[in-house]
Amino acid sequence: MEFLSYLISGISLGSVYAIIALGYTMVYGIAKMLNFAHGDVIMIGGYVSYYAMNAFGLPWYVALPVSMVVCGVLGIVIEKLAYKPLRNAPSLAVLITAIGVSYFLQNVALLVFGADPKTYSNPFQSLNADGTINQGISLFGGSLSITYVSLVTIASCVIIMLALTFFTQKTKMGKAMRACSEDKGAAQLMGINVNRTISLTFAIGSCLAAVAGVLLCSSYTLIQPTTGSMPGIRAFTAAVFGGIGSIPGAFLGGLLIGIIESLAKAYVSTQLSNSIVFAVLIVVLLVRPAGLLGKYVPEKV
Amino acid sequence: MARVTSKNDSPLVPLPTNSFVPERDVKERPILETRHLGIDFGGLKAVEDFNITIGRTEITGLIGPNGAGKTTIFNLLTKVYEPTRGTILFDGYDTHNMDTVALNKLGVARTFQNIRLFNKLSVEDNVKLGLHNSIKYNTAEGIFRLPSFWKEEKKSHEKAMELLKIFNMEGMADWQAGSLPYGAQRRLEIIRALATNPKLLLLDEPAAGMNPSETAELMENIVHIRDTFQIAILLIEHDMNLVMGICEGIAVLNFGKIIAKGTPDQIQSDPVVIEAYLGKKHGGEA
Repeated sequence: MEFLSYLISGISLGSVYAIIALGYTMVYGIAKMLNFAHGDVIMIGGYVSYYAMNAFGLPWYVALPVSMVVCGVLGIVIEKLAYKPLRNAPSLAVLITAIGVSYFLQNVALLVFGADPKTYSNPFQSLNADGTINQGISLFGGSLSITYVSLVTIASCVIIMLALTFFTQKTKMGKAMRACSEDKGAAQLMGINVNRTISLTFAIGSCLAAVAGVLLCSSYTLIQPTTGSMPGIRAFTAAVFGGIGSIPGAFLGGLLIGIIESLAKAYVSTQLSNSIVFAVLIVVLLVRPAGLLGKYVPEKV
Repeated sequence: MARVTSKNDSPLVPLPTNSFVPERDVKERPILETRHLGIDFGGLKAVEDFNITIGRTEITGLIGPNGAGKTTIFNLLTKVYEPTRGTILFDGYDTHNMDTVALNKLGVARTFQNIRLFNKLSVEDNVKLGLHNSIKYNTAEGIFRLPSFWKEEKKSHEKAMELLKIFNMEGMADWQAGSLPYGAQRRLEIIRALATNPKLLLLDEPAAGMNPSETAELMENIVHIRDTFQIAILLIEHDMNLVMGICEGIAVLNFGKIIAKGTPDQIQSDPVVIEAYLGKKHGGEA
């Protein structure tokens, strides 16, 4: 029963990583760049929802769309201002710019929201009849408890996964995205506006980051300007683990990283959990350099 | 977008007088007119003073030795490259300041010398990408699967199938484009280009790698496409049977310049063309 509860918390954590990793992987698939500022968009999403709920008293189901819209717009603006001028620049220049944007966002947050962590009140809880707060449901006579946040997180991850798969496989904008990821020149000759497609990708990725931000802050009930960086790095790891550029890969990679982290914390050591996660990553990449679901493409000579 | 109604109100240098279009197209505005078109790559004049006029339903051939600048001209006509000099008038519109997408919407479509299909997508999806701009629903309608999404998807599916029928490829609709045999990939590229509803179709070596019987079939298909869709076709090809067989007008390019223009018969007997292809005869003036 103990194992099951660690597994469920791992799946829940992994679901957040998966949602973030989807943003990394989509942007990489289309713009062929690693958007290291993605983690900080999560943090912005967290703050926006924090203020929407605490300062304006909005319920979470309003705060979430608000923060998704703000992050979506932020994603488009970041792409237009920072990455688009570098579309034809060497990939290292873009990479450094992304790291720069990441620090920029962190420091703006430091300036605007302050350095001290704020308590993020978890919106996914219910009040019992006697006035105590109920964080989740208990099963098997209280030996297994699952928090509402975990349930919401896992459910959102599944919904997002299904919606994105449908979007990329069936709709014309999704197909345009896949076309752009294969051959931008040929896509343009089909009359596909590549710039708009890239903007849309950033918007979707950043909306997902906002969702991840709300879920992440709800489960840790704390928010500060560096909130997004570590989950961002882990999710990036997850995207690489699953095969960067592949949407099912991000999903699988996220879940696995989450489960490994949770089990490592439970059974090995809390301090070593990061080392174990990254050790597994190294081993996987040694065996499958393109990630679990990635396809190895030999370079053409 | 300035519409040029007659040559008189154009500030440009008058056209060279040797441009010609098939008689049936004479009454209509030509689909493509280039004037003194040129592009430099560094110090190299890759294309220089390229003047051509193509009638609305004309099949034109662009031939020349390797490296003559044929594909560069396709890249100029589709605005993959921005011309250094000169003007491209497409359907009477000055294409200055237009990009690839704008030109595609205006009616220019092309295929590639080295096939550039979307290999990971299905055959049908490749055609549907060509239909991209004629499918009318937005992202939100697509995500939430509103009725407009289903209606438009059904329409585009039917349209894609109809186009695939031209080459009898409707049975391959679910195949992954990358797994198609070579000849079928070339045909799919033409269908995908046709799906964008072009007025001018640019074919870059459509018969490359095809055997004589496939080429003969392709020739019929090209003429059939022209007749059915009433569009102009400009093609680059090394297969002289194909060029001489179906082209009404031919332009011969060498070192970035047009060295001869005319009907297939004129081209075949033109000493300048023979020289470009076979070299100068010793002692002869050619």
